[in-house]
Amino acid sequence: MTKKYVLFWLLPIVLLIALYPIVTDNFLVRENIFLMLSYIVFASSMNIIMGYTGYVSFGHIVFYGIGSYVGILLINNLHVHFVIAVLCAALVAGVIALLIGEAVLRLRGAIFAIATIGINEAVKSLVANVDSLGGAVGIFMDFSVYDSYGGPDKALWIAYYAMVILTVLTILVSYFVRNSKLGLGLLAIREDEDTALVVGINTKRFKSIAYFLSAIFPAMAGTIFAFKSGNIVPDDAFHIVKSVEMIFINVFGGLGTVSGPVLGAIIYEKLKDYLLTNPTLKDLHLAVSGVTLLLIVIFAPSGIVGWFRERFKVVRGVLE
Amino acid sequence: MEALLAAIITGLLLGMVYGLAAVGLNLIFGVLKIINLSHGAFIALGMFGAYYLFQYFGLIPFVSVIPVFVVILIIGILLYFIAIRRVMGRQELSTLLITYSISLIIVGLGTFFFTTNPRSIDIPWESIRIFSVYIPATRIVALFLAIICTFLLYLFLYKTWIGKAVRAVSMNRVAAEYMGVNSHVILATSFGIGIGIAAIAGVVIASIFPFTILSGGVYELKSFVICVLGGLGNPFGAIAGGLILGLVESVLSLKIPVGIVPFIEFILLVLMLLVKPEGIFGRR
Repeated sequence: MTKKYVLFWLLPIVLLIALYPIVTDNFLVRENIFLMLSYIVFASSMNIIMGYTGYVSFGHIVFYGIGSYVGILLINNLHVHFVIAVLCAALVAGVIALLIGEAVLRLRGAIFAIATIGINEAVKSLVANVDSLGGAVGIFMDFSVYDSYGGPDKALWIAYYAMVILTVLTILVSYFVRNSKLGLGLLAIREDEDTALVVGINTKRFKSIAYFLSAIFPAMAGTIFAFKSGNIVPDDAFHIVKSVEMIFINVFGGLGTVSGPVLGAIIYEKLKDYLLTNPTLKDLHLAVSGVTLLLIVIFAPSGIVGWFRERFKVVRGVLE
Repeated sequence: MEALLAAIITGLLLGMVYGLAAVGLNLIFGVLKIINLSHGAFIALGMFGAYYLFQYFGLIPFVSVIPVFVVILIIGILLYFIAIRRVMGRQELSTLLITYSISLIIVGLGTFFFTTNPRSIDIPWESIRIFSVYIPATRIVALFLAIICTFLLYLFLYKTWIGKAVRAVSMNRVAAEYMGVNSHVILATSFGIGIGIAAIAGVVIASIFPFTILSGGVYELKSFVICVLGGLGNPFGAIAGGLILGLVESVLSLKIPVGIVPFIEFILLVLMLLVKPEGIFGRR
């Protein structure tokens, strides 16, 4: 087995980016980096189920939505501390993922993708129609909640630090899953599930664990988002386009690699920022991202990291 | 009783139109074995085709189905050879993303050119009385149009040589190739017809409901439910699935809040996939 160096450069880069707004104390930069880090969390967790295991969870954003709702209800209505709310959101989403996974992980390929879309839409319309969950208008956080965190300004920084920690955690889990027996099993399932089963991999349990792990991080990010923005609307929390963003980042960076989703997320945030602020392109940003996605899928299906790995054998130990 | 009768009639009318929207999706899944995530975008294109033909040429939607279908058919064949052909046989992810990117491009250009303001086509026709229920005439015509399209598709698939080839490719592509079928041409035609029917459904829907460029998404999601109900890959199962969904939708909204109906629909989708993935009428 070759030595793995990927964490030695990947973590420092992420930490340097994360430190930048702290050092410069610039809140505009902080907002951008916050988004970038959340993309890393989304994409890396999606990578565990989609990249390693080969299950395209098209409605994966459902766990983000569940996390946001659990978080905001705990913080706002029950006055639970933010950190505990984040952990509770992870727990709830994890249990739901295990339950849903028990059923839908039996489906394969495109059918699985449709089923996950269905689950997301079902949960969305349920949440939008339950009055105690705020209905279609969503929930607004009571501003006095922030007092116990030292005011709204302080709370924004707390959310930022939480996101940094979550990002590092996600990358570590993604790395250790990839380099463990679990990861090998998942890769085997991705290549050929029936063969994996025959050679003695407990495919059912492996898939459940992968689904569980990929569900808890978006849920925690959901609570952090809800805490930061102070409101939550079902149409935003369960927006299928966010799932597609997660998939896009993975394909762009390199599906099934540890560094792919991270690099993909960093570039994607910059790209999106550029598209949305560029005066000539801003109205066309959907069409431009469509064309980009089309070109990547056709010409570079293994993404940036995959492209380098295929051409330069030397970098394989580093880029992984 | 009156209300129930009205609900059943509207349910069947709408169900037929929903079914038509889903037929194309199922045809594409059956033949190409891909889930077409750009289906909703083509439904929306059909709506706008009908709108502009009505605005500038005064063509009523039931006439404009023909030019709209032909244009979308050609677009579909081109799209197959430009993009989809390159990812055929790759993992689901590639085909899902290719069709999704087509949808992004259409919706993106659509929002740029048409904006997202709601439009509607007003046809000043009277309502027709059936038993004791008044139904707008446009809906009746929409019903007949949907039936005619389905019948034409049946004739195409079962009575023409190309239709036979389409069915052959959907059963076994390699074997069809051995029999001298150029499978790429057949796949391209099937994709074109599939999205063409989606566009026809769009035209029909535009004559009943107001719409925006984003409206297609709703019908695309409905189409998923319908296809799963009627059996994935079976075009005519989609009609049955559509009728069921239409009935369920309009009868349920008598008793429970309208907002909760999608929840029931999608739960139905997931349960069907788990319990009976071959559809209500399918055999294992």
